[in-house]
Amino acid sequence: MNAIIEARGVVKSFGQTPALRGACIAVGPGEIVAVMGPSGSGKSTLLHCLSGILVPDQGEAWFAGQRLDTLTETQRSEVRRDKFGFVFQSGQLVPELTAEENVALPLLLGGARRAAALAEARAWLGRLGLDGLGRRRSGELSGGQAQRVALARGMVGGPQVLFADEPTGSLDSVSGEMVMSLMTRAAREQGSTVILVTHDARVAAYADREVIVRDGTVGSLTGAAPSAGTAQSSEAAR
Amino acid sequence: MSVPLTLLGLLEREPSHGYDLKRDYDTWFGRGKPLPYGQVYATLSRLARDGKAIAGPAEHGEGPDRKRYAITEAGIADVERWLSEPAAPEPHLQTVLFAKVVLALMLDRSADRYLDAQRAAHLRRMRELTALKERGDLMDTLLADHGLYHLEADLRWIDHTAARLDTLAQAVRQ
Repeated sequence: MNAIIEARGVVKSFGQTPALRGACIAVGPGEIVAVMGPSGSGKSTLLHCLSGILVPDQGEAWFAGQRLDTLTETQRSEVRRDKFGFVFQSGQLVPELTAEENVALPLLLGGARRAAALAEARAWLGRLGLDGLGRRRSGELSGGQAQRVALARGMVGGPQVLFADEPTGSLDSVSGEMVMSLMTRAAREQGSTVILVTHDARVAAYADREVIVRDGTVGSLTGAAPSAGTAQSSEAAR
Repeated sequence: MSVPLTLLGLLEREPSHGYDLKRDYDTWFGRGKPLPYGQVYATLSRLARDGKAIAGPAEHGEGPDRKRYAITEAGIADVERWLSEPAAPEPHLQTVLFAKVVLALMLDRSADRYLDAQRAAHLRRMRELTALKERGDLMDTLLADHGLYHLEADLRWIDHTAARLDTLAQAVRQ
């Protein structure tokens, strides 16, 4: 498999607390992979290292044949802005902006003209069933609506990889299912790869496959033991 | 699943021929496991014998003679009673999963490996049911959700047990 995103022996600690201990994962283009594991196992840290938010202490993070971890912070920011999309647990919309401005934000930051960016944002809001809500601010949206706005913002730039960290964690089960269904359909239509961090098996079931992070290492769920190392789990790893 | 009471319930909706009853049953409750004709007619005969349904006269037409069945007051009472009674809660205290974990620990084999394999199998089935929901209708979704919630409950038990294997091993090997 030609991986589009890959971690090779990634080690990451926070102070004295190890979060990842030689984590390895390779994800192919267009794959939707659920990263599961107990609290504190290091799954969110793995997502942050794969997306260039964090730099590993040791090991390598690769994206599309390019080392991410050796880039400068500015270069990594550009990759995140231009190639990646993000959806987090609680939308993290900018409260001062309207829904459509929030969605247009990645395009505006990338230099798009405002009218074109807003038109694209409105199209995405329509795709996600949010027609007519574009002028509302986040405080005027339900949790499920806000998370769909966040999803639209994550997808609007046509990301090669969408990183989703517990994207339904703050939603009731019906809203959560709607977000997952829309997310996976949109990603498949666009051919985007999705790295989905979740502790929820019903959410993970929307993925093509799952890996489990335990004590800072990654194992597949085929009965095999994790790839390397043992470590204490830590809440700081999240 | 009680086939006789389900057929009676369908008869309460409207009197029906055996053929139509089978078609309705398969549509709503069959889900890939259609009811054999023989079972439909045998069940209807028993229901008529027991006074729960009544068969009309044979209707002549193309093909074999057909009878229309209607539910009786006694049949309606049975349906009413059945729908108001809770079904026996399913989870039993003797399960294959439990037995495999305990035996693996007892025999010093890898319970962890078994639990991982079981987790993978459960998640695979959950992916299948989720795919069914994505392309199915509301009835498919309702049924798939029932399966998904049960599998999820098993998975929570698997995770909880995996986290306590060392303690369980000590208890089992005493």
